[in-house]
Amino acid sequence: MNLTLKIWRQKNANDKGKMVDYKISDVSPDMSFLEMLDVLNEQLINEGDEPVAFDHDCREGICGMCSLYINGEAHGPDRGVTTCQLHMRMFKDGDTIFIEPFRAKAFPVIKDLVVDRGAFDRIQHAGGFISVNTSGNTIDANAIPVEKADADKAFEAATCIGCGACVASCKNSSAMLFVGAKVSQFALLPQGKVEATDRVLNMVKQMDEEGFGNCTNTGACEVECPKGISLENIARMNREYLTASLKG
Amino acid sequence: MALDSKTPKGPIADKWTNYKNKIDLVNPANKRNIDVIVVGTGLAGGSAAATLAELGYNVKAFCFQDSPRRAHSIAAQGGINAAKNYQGDGDSTYRLFYDTVKGGDYRSREANVYRLAEVSANIIDQCVAQGVPFAREYGGLLDNRSFGGVLVSRTFYAAGQTGQQLLLGAYSAMNRQIGRGKIKMYNRHEMLDVVKVDGKARGIITRNLITGEIERHSAHAVVLGTGGYGNVFFLSTNAMGSNVTAGWKAHKRGAYFANPCYTQIHPTCIPVSGDHQSKLTLMSESLRNDGRIWVPKNIKDVEAIRNKTLKPTQIAEGDRDYYLERRYPAFGNLVPRDVASRAAKERCDAGYGVNATGEAVYLDFASAITRYGKEQATIKGLDLNDAALIKKLGQEVVKNKYGNLFQMYEKIVDENPYETPMMIYPAVHYTMGGVWVDYNLMTTVPGLYCIGEANFSDHGANRLGASALMQGLADGYFVLPYTIGDYLSDDIRTGPISTDSKEFEEAEKEVREKIEFFINNEGSHSVDYFHKKLGKIMWNKVGMSRNVKGLTEAIQEIKALRDQFWKEVKVPGSSDELNEELAKAGRVADFLELGELFAKDALNREESCGGHFREDSVELDGEQKGEALRNDKDFAYVAAWEYKGEPSEAVLHKEELEFNDIELKQRSYK
Amino acid sequence: MSGILNSSIGRKFAMALSALFLMFFLLQHFSINLLSVTSPETFNEVSYFMGNNPLVQYGLQPVLLIGVLFHFIMGFVLEIKNRKARQISYAKNNGGANSTWMSRNMIWSGAAILLFMIFHFNDFWVPEIVEKYVEGKSQVGKDFYAHVVHMFENPIRVGVYVLAFVFLALHLLHGFDSAFQSVGANNKYTKGLKRFSKIYAIGIPVGFIIIALVHHFNH
Repeated sequence: MNLTLKIWRQKNANDKGKMVDYKISDVSPDMSFLEMLDVLNEQLINEGDEPVAFDHDCREGICGMCSLYINGEAHGPDRGVTTCQLHMRMFKDGDTIFIEPFRAKAFPVIKDLVVDRGAFDRIQHAGGFISVNTSGNTIDANAIPVEKADADKAFEAATCIGCGACVASCKNSSAMLFVGAKVSQFALLPQGKVEATDRVLNMVKQMDEEGFGNCTNTGACEVECPKGISLENIARMNREYLTASLKG
Repeated sequence: MALDSKTPKGPIADKWTNYKNKIDLVNPANKRNIDVIVVGTGLAGGSAAATLAELGYNVKAFCFQDSPRRAHSIAAQGGINAAKNYQGDGDSTYRLFYDTVKGGDYRSREANVYRLAEVSANIIDQCVAQGVPFAREYGGLLDNRSFGGVLVSRTFYAAGQTGQQLLLGAYSAMNRQIGRGKIKMYNRHEMLDVVKVDGKARGIITRNLITGEIERHSAHAVVLGTGGYGNVFFLSTNAMGSNVTAGWKAHKRGAYFANPCYTQIHPTCIPVSGDHQSKLTLMSESLRNDGRIWVPKNIKDVEAIRNKTLKPTQIAEGDRDYYLERRYPAFGNLVPRDVASRAAKERCDAGYGVNATGEAVYLDFASAITRYGKEQATIKGLDLNDAALIKKLGQEVVKNKYGNLFQMYEKIVDENPYETPMMIYPAVHYTMGGVWVDYNLMTTVPGLYCIGEANFSDHGANRLGASALMQGLADGYFVLPYTIGDYLSDDIRTGPISTDSKEFEEAEKEVREKIEFFINNEGSHSVDYFHKKLGKIMWNKVGMSRNVKGLTEAIQEIKALRDQFWKEVKVPGSSDELNEELAKAGRVADFLELGELFAKDALNREESCGGHFREDSVELDGEQKGEALRNDKDFAYVAAWEYKGEPSEAVLHKEELEFNDIELKQRSYK
Repeated sequence: MSGILNSSIGRKFAMALSALFLMFFLLQHFSINLLSVTSPETFNEVSYFMGNNPLVQYGLQPVLLIGVLFHFIMGFVLEIKNRKARQISYAKNNGGANSTWMSRNMIWSGAAILLFMIFHFNDFWVPEIVEKYVEGKSQVGKDFYAHVVHMFENPIRVGVYVLAFVFLALHLLHGFDSAFQSVGANNKYTKGLKRFSKIYAIGIPVGFIIIALVHHFNH
């Protein structure tokens, strides 16, 4: 396949940045999208140009590092995948592909397609944990049975990989799917209920301070989420927050 | 220097308890005056950082990813072992210990493994308390599954994402400490050297991967939890960024590197599709419970398949070679990873590989689908002769068990594995070797610790499934926090370590010089060009099957490639910006040295054990003819290499392995 | 509890509550309008009641007005905040791939409804208020029905009303179940609720349109 790539190039955080066109040929449909970018970079290096910086690591859809907005969608046109799992067979010979960084005020661009998702970490620092010592001297793991349905839902919420596709896809750059998933995971488990009130208040406060937008329930996040995290988690966070506000 | 493992005396079951009772402790007020650096934030590093901070030490944690949560532990699929015996199927600390030592082909240190088994149960308690959502049964209690190489169900899991859930647990523990200010987190920082002051590890040099800034960080002790070095093969199931740099720099500063040749090649990975391939994807070992592995019996069928004139489903049962079932009737498709991998290679080398590259075998679910389908039809009282119905029912069962893996396969290969057999091929997955550590997890450099996959200690020559997660968390949560305290108790009067000393200055200077070299070198080839070449040498000559000729050639070729690398490598951009090529160059430079030591170690070990298979050490006759032959008389030792300037000059130190609680036996799967 | 209206979720909750209230009001408004078709006498009686009952006038009416104002103002406030959350927009954005047009354009359907409401208040509410409280005229025996019929004689006005209700339908198509999600109701009933919301979101505006058209063409 021969393709035209329109890629966001930005030297550093202070640079203005612009879209730049590249041609690439002999792309195999079996390549992953990132392998296609590897080939482009090899080509750029050999021509004496600077390669395109993009985040990636595990390349098997679990680390959440890759963060490209491809043809107007987070992680591209396929569903239930991260960019590293997107394969070139989703495209046709002669296609023009737009490649942009995840955009949000809370995700400033570091370079080219690399963004800073530290906001997610800071939200987690505010309450994304259960305050238990790591001594191992806790109660036996089976001392508190957990209803299977709750355990499964907690797991589904916990499969979030923190990639930020929800924020990138949301027209409001809202982080509520991410935060909702984290709040839900702990709220659904007996171990997490003890400090549920403080957790949700603190995490939402931090989320708001980071400059994310507000959720207007468009549902784009759920569709684009590579792990299919459900909107139910946002509703649960809303409930948790409102109850916590009344209590606290 | 003689290698002293510092294993405590006494009966194996009491060693750890006695040890804990006797070590020196640091009082809480003094802990506040002690700094510890933890490099790497996977299961080992993350859990260590959290626990040390909780104990009261000032922790500085470093990772090269943009968040600690992205360390490659996150990709582990299957599960985590623990001797809980919830199933009442006869599991015990001893049995987990025994299975692990045996699975490691008797090349691990007994005392370390026993301790690992001993603390394993606590890991599950700890993780559940942290909110890790393990799979549960309808009664609300934890579920277990069974894994290769053992006779009990002791594996706890969270669907196919156990590593992710455990890592998020450790990450949440870190978050709590970061929020309290006890951990200072440095994301997107890469460690480029260890700094020794008066013979002790007192700090590290890092590069801020965003700004390019070279920084000095000091501490009273340094902990490396930096993972394995499988990427020396270029293609592996490791993350793209996984590297040996931290361990290798430690090695160059005096830490011995142990058993580098012990590599686990996982049999069920998705085959390479072309030269563009950047990494390999693992399909969980659990698939071998239901999949049958085969290649065509006749070479003309192989050719027809490669020409796409024949489909695998069209090959008659009698024309298929289920080679694992043929060679190992007792274990069949469930032989350990190393055996399954070598058998696949043997068939493909003989020309029976079923894809374009000739490096793939089939993993076929058709008979499992039929079996399950008939089972369901019987239960539901439906027509057992309706083939379409049987297939549909069977596919549903398979989908429930492996749905996410099948979907992943289809996304990558673009073939529906419910209809046509999967293609698989072995790939590098885990490295049992690593930095040598004693019972305290301390390297041969005082104050420098190494935990998790980065060290060599617990898995011998082969790791059992679901044991990597166990080891990472055991080291970080429960072992290191004790052992490091014993060392740090001498440091309560030391006070802050200055970064202005000449040792820091020199280390920083060396790091800077290397970076400047890369940026200024007028080379002609990208870093990947060399990395791929190194990977090819490693895979072809130091891979699944090794011989003297190949290893000797590999040593020379790697050395030559290294020389070429230093002349011709081309790194674009500058040093004061985000420059991935520059970061890669440093990592590949270290792989090029490690690769040679790796081959040297493989050449030295003239026996076949676990993941290390020497063609000149096989059973010559009898039922086991052609199978791996271990040599306990001459090689029951840990090969710990001391750096002497060049990998070829590395000096071998042996830690003799003593087995007092386990009888050494030949593994047989016939 | 303090500052809940400064938090994202608190605002969203308030937005949803006002929406639920307005949707309830809409149903009530529709029911009364329907009477104008089925029974002009009853319509007149109910209209008189609504316009002159002290509880409705001094209790419900201000609440409704505040609800409407709040919903509009908060809608705009949130829109501004949300726009600020992404300072550089995408060169290519394929919103249609993951969300409905309605959900992405609530601000525009809302703004259209606001314009309509100004027009609508000017047609009905303002004259009545002026009559009652400025001129002090008694409403006893007033023929509200005749006024309605008179208003719908003008085809342009009818056209504006029809168009406005199309926007209302678009607004409700997203807004109805969205309000439930915002207050935290997402459970096994959500599927059924979504179906009902479609019926409501299309049914009520279409009903209003039909009533307007009936009056227009009957006279």
